Amino acid sequence: MSTQSPDTQTESETDPQAERLERKEERADEAASSTTETAEDTVELKVFRYDPEIADKQEPRFDTFHVPRKQGMTVLDALMHARDHFDSSLTFRHSCRQAVCGSDALFINGSQRLGCQTQIQDLNNSDTVRVEPLPHADVVKDLVVEMEHFYDQMESVEPYFDPSEEPEGEQLQSRENREKIKMSTRCIWCGACMSSCNIAAGDNEYLGPAAINKAYRFYFDEREGEERQQERLEIIEQEHGVWRCQTQFSCTTVCPKDIPLTEHIQELKREAVKSNLKFW
Amino acid sequence: MYEHDVLVVGAGGAGLRAAIAAHEEGADVALVTKLHPVRSHTGAAEGGINAALRNGDSWQDHAYDTMKGSDYLGDAPAVETLAQDAPENVIQLENWGMPFSREDDGRVSQRPFGGLSFPRTTYAGAETGHHLLHTLYEQVVKRGIEVYDEWYVTNLAVTDEDDPNERSCHGIVGYDVQTGELAGFRANDGVILATGGMGQVFDHTTNAVANTGDGVAMAYRAGVPMEDMEFIQFHPTTLPSTGVLISEGVRGEGGILYNTEGERFMFEYGYATNDGELASRDVVARAELTEVNEGRGFEDEYVMLDMRHLGEERILDRLENILHLAEDFEGVDGLEEPMPVKPGHHYAMGGIETDEHGQTCIDGLYAVGECACVSVHGGNRLGGNALPELIVFGKRAGSHAAGRDLGEPKIETGKPANPELEDLDTTASLGTVGDDEAAADGGLAAEDPETVVDAAVEREDERITRLLEKDEGTQHAEIRSDIQKTMTANVNVFREEDALEETLHDIRDARERYEDVYVADKSRTFNTDLQHTLETRNILDIAEALTMGALARDEFRGAHWRKEHQERKDDEWLKHTMVSWNDGQPELWYRPVILDGENKTYEPKERSY
Ligand SMILES: Cc1cc2nc3c(=O)[nH]c(=O)nc-3n(C[C@H](O)[C@H](O)[C@H](O)COP(=O)(O)OP(=O)(O)OC[C@H]3O[C@@H](n4cnc5c(N)ncnc54)[C@H](O)[C@@H]3O)c2cc1C
Ligand code: SF4
Ligand code: FES
Repeated sequence: MSTQSPDTQTESETDPQAERLERKEERADEAASSTTETAEDTVELKVFRYDPEIADKQEPRFDTFHVPRKQGMTVLDALMHARDHFDSSLTFRHSCRQAVCGSDALFINGSQRLGCQTQIQDLNNSDTVRVEPLPHADVVKDLVVEMEHFYDQMESVEPYFDPSEEPEGEQLQSRENREKIKMSTRCIWCGACMSSCNIAAGDNEYLGPAAINKAYRFYFDEREGEERQQERLEIIEQEHGVWRCQTQFSCTTVCPKDIPLTEHIQELKREAVKSNLKFW
Repeated sequence: MYEHDVLVVGAGGAGLRAAIAAHEEGADVALVTKLHPVRSHTGAAEGGINAALRNGDSWQDHAYDTMKGSDYLGDAPAVETLAQDAPENVIQLENWGMPFSREDDGRVSQRPFGGLSFPRTTYAGAETGHHLLHTLYEQVVKRGIEVYDEWYVTNLAVTDEDDPNERSCHGIVGYDVQTGELAGFRANDGVILATGGMGQVFDHTTNAVANTGDGVAMAYRAGVPMEDMEFIQFHPTTLPSTGVLISEGVRGEGGILYNTEGERFMFEYGYATNDGELASRDVVARAELTEVNEGRGFEDEYVMLDMRHLGEERILDRLENILHLAEDFEGVDGLEEPMPVKPGHHYAMGGIETDEHGQTCIDGLYAVGECACVSVHGGNRLGGNALPELIVFGKRAGSHAAGRDLGEPKIETGKPANPELEDLDTTASLGTVGDDEAAADGGLAAEDPETVVDAAVEREDERITRLLEKDEGTQHAEIRSDIQKTMTANVNVFREEDALEETLHDIRDARERYEDVYVADKSRTFNTDLQHTLETRNILDIAEALTMGALARDEFRGAHWRKEHQERKDDEWLKHTMVSWNDGQPELWYRPVILDGENKTYEPKERSY
């Protein structure tokens, strides 16, 4: 029994795949030798270093690595190159390389970004890339920060679907309602917004933009029912909730998923006012 | 020592679903995961999740499509379970709040996908996996299930009876990545492995850096066979520089592929005259590489995928995510330019052998999700069939481990007394090198579970201390990168005998170098150097089994293409490739595929496009 196959492949006598790989390796060699020869073809990567356990890293410092520049190289690529070729103790979180896991939010050339989503050529000063851990969080080692506080804030808004009545079978949800909550559901828990927020930096109990956005996601989900909605409003309205926000927009600016955080917080403030009006 | 009834290793879609099910069964359950749950790779899934929900569709049709898609290497009992259980599980996700895309009448949307006879792929935008992962994690939080996050599991605590079928699993060994603390975890009822894919065996993959196949390698060394490892799905549209996936949705909406001559090669060279760009993944991947190999590729590497003609409005409406990916990861504006694409590793059809309850041949050890092979995908997975696998079998494994009686399984596991053995004729010697530690507990009897776990902790402690105390040697990054390169060069879409043998030599070589591996970072705090060194060992074991399977299977089935063997050989090869860890030597044997379903037998037919 024969299955579909490109038979030109079987007939060719030379081994095109091997040839192709050879050509590719030649190109790679050329590229490699040219980068080591000319200094302008490297990126200067300045990385924050700190390890509480190792004597000469207990004092925080910056290390500089010269990483060969490649077309389309991201900050995460550069970090991985530095780690795999120069210093295997260089420590940072990363996993998906495609802006969905949220583990490599870093402070890059002065702002919060995902390392994997940031092309070096797109940075303002792309010759020197300065990489630091997220500000306003405790550093565990090098670029790794303590995320516990962020997770705690997220969990304090009861971030789970919790309908007033247990649904039976498929629930309906209007397209409009799904559209309404769509942006709020895109959060990848990277923590960039929290790190950029002055208020959160000054008030440890402030829920912060990500947690409020999570609350928004459930508050406006029509499937949960009104009773639950009221309870959610109470969480949002608490002393360290929405009212702390001073609409500085820094969270909205840094969010890698383009979630209109400030707008969402404002909308919840309006909801809070409306619901209070009912009682007065 | 930590203690729970059920321990779930890994917190992607499969692990989270298993934990919820075990919890609902009343067990004290904990998740142990090297990444925080929301960082798991399930979050990257784009396209959707299959379930026969609507009138006009049926679980029988879903099962049939899946068997055919598998090129008749799926086991019917597993495939039928998947198709039967998927609808209620998808509705369960909806009930837990998952923000599915909706129809005008408010019902969950469904769309067509490759190889499906009905539009049965439910989805949430082009971020289905993200929403599925977050929805499940939310439910875990709601139930207060304990999560040990950033704990790396290094090994299983299994007794060491000679016959793996008689062994039992009593827990795991893990270390806290943040502090370096090594600890034993005892499981009273069961350990469920849900550690996900193994894309890091290749250097060009859609998978996360964390997908190093840890669970598969751990189970293998503990005595569970690896099944159908040679069946790797290569996705035809990944971005050349990173491997980031460009969803099948682009071709689904009408995106076209062309070569340097500007030809729409799928049609013009007749790779798939009816379906063209929408033929199944293996066919398109082979066509693209043939174009490149024959000199019609861009920079000898990739072809172009063009969606400009779809118009800005349609692209923004349905493929917005793709614009971001092309822009962020290739620096290409998909509205203005075509996107470069090439095939890349995407999914492992094979893995840890389990039955339809998720149970392996070792008592108390389960596996679910991409690390497992309950055998629903066979030789080729249909798009949208991995996510239902996570929730269907995750749920079953969770409740079974927690004590629910699911009846007698129809799929057998473990090596039978007289299996069909294959003597692999290869020029490379295989398997262990030097003082490779045994997988099991090193001589302790099973009576006291605690001692089994303690012994396993001790052994791991020795292994890690040895790595950290060594002052110089080889670094894992070098070995890992060599393996990834040889696998990509030789065990890719096109496979040839000489190249497969060469890879076995390279792996052997890498094993020898691994003996001299050391960890330069001496800190116990967040030591990723150490973690990656342990992972690299797993990559080695997996790469070897995969290549052996590929070399032995001299036929062309599903995603497995052999230059010298251009046909599917049903007489000889309607069987699963099994690799067992036999005293440190990989042993190859076979188990017949089960084509008999509940009420029908799935007769192999030719796949054409
Ligand atoms: C880009 C992409 C798109 C996809 N799109 C689709 C789609 O549209 N439809 C579909 O059906 N399928 C799709 N798939 C396939 C599907 O998403 C995966 O097969 C599935 O998500 C795997 O889930 P999992 O739970 O098995 O593993 P993962 O989600 O990868 O989770 C693995 C977990 O194991 C943990 N872990 C691993 N090793 C260890 C260890 N040693 N110790 C402790 N913890 C460990 C990790 O921390 C993680 O939590 C896609 C895959 C990719 C890569
Ligand atoms: S809201 Fe945006 S910036 Fe904040 S955690 Fe979520 S994805 Fe990150
Ligand atoms: S590595 Fe996952 S978001 Fe960057």
